Amino acid sequence: MDGSQAVYNTLKQSEINFVVSLPCVNLDKLMKMVEADEDIIHVPVTREEEGFGICAGAFMGGKKPAILMQNSGLGNSVNALASLFELYKLPILMIISHRGTDGEFMSAQIPMGNATPKVLDALQIPYLNPKTPDEALKLIPKAWNIAETNGTPVGILLSIKFW
Amino acid sequence: MERIDTIRKISEELTSELVVCNIGFPSRELHYLKDSSTHFYMLGSMGLASSIGLGIAMSTKRKVVIFDGDGSILMNLGSLVTIFNQNPDNLILIVLDNECYGSTGSQCSYASTVNLGNVAEAVGFKNNFFFDGNEKELKFKEVLNTCGPVFVHFKVKPGNANVPVIPLEAVDIKDRFMDEIKK
Repeated sequence: MDGSQAVYNTLKQSEINFVVSLPCVNLDKLMKMVEADEDIIHVPVTREEEGFGICAGAFMGGKKPAILMQNSGLGNSVNALASLFELYKLPILMIISHRGTDGEFMSAQIPMGNATPKVLDALQIPYLNPKTPDEALKLIPKAWNIAETNGTPVGILLSIKFW
Repeated sequence: MERIDTIRKISEELTSELVVCNIGFPSRELHYLKDSSTHFYMLGSMGLASSIGLGIAMSTKRKVVIFDGDGSILMNLGSLVTIFNQNPDNLILIVLDNECYGSTGSQCSYASTVNLGNVAEAVGFKNNFFFDGNEKELKFKEVLNTCGPVFVHFKVKPGNANVPVIPLEAVDIKDRFMDEIKK
């Protein structure tokens, strides 16, 4: 099973039914699978921070939300994660393509790639780092449980070699 | 018209609509005028009122009314593009435009030179309303009965009412609001 299929299967297993997204080359296949799924509302957004606002509303309206984004989008969303998700104790599953990791071909990705785990730590957001599709199948379903039980975002960092 | 009077007049027309209110004095003014389980007061996440409202509108059948501001929508103009594309028929976005950042000391915003109603129209919004703030009688029922997404451009005077901070915890605002939606 490839990485995209594994992540998609875990979204379904977690009963995620509301997904916002901004593209990354590594998320292309997963985004198409989400778009084709009639049981998932898929909302492409213009900026990740906007997507977090939409997901906060969707959760309050009864949905189980996730965001698909590149780690650069984490940087665009810090205030929403702190003053909306942490403040109001809102859950969301963050599927993050982690660029700037081992195997990165573009040096411009490295600064934000290095900062990404530290930004999550600073926000006290738990995250998991499955290295293979098999690990994703085991770890991601636990992530939504943590998010829902504790009212917190949970990150899934998918480094370049995962794909 | 002062912003608090505008919020009062619009609120008087609301019944079961869900309300998302922008951060700072707008939320404080709404809470002071009338507190309700249908209100979601935004205590943080500047700029995201319209996005939170869109997420709610896409997840429920209830009508959603958003009290946003000019500075807030200028910070998140992409939201207009997303709302237009998602086309929720139950969403009413009211921009209370005082041409300034009212909660931080009324510093000027670009809304004095850029017409936000024209921006919404250029994005593609079809059902647009404009109020210049000098209305003797506010006929807001027509707005509430219009199929969404609706964009309401409402000019208000700068300045804040002397009202207290909202004495509610964020989590309690959320829990009460979610219970209301589940009804």
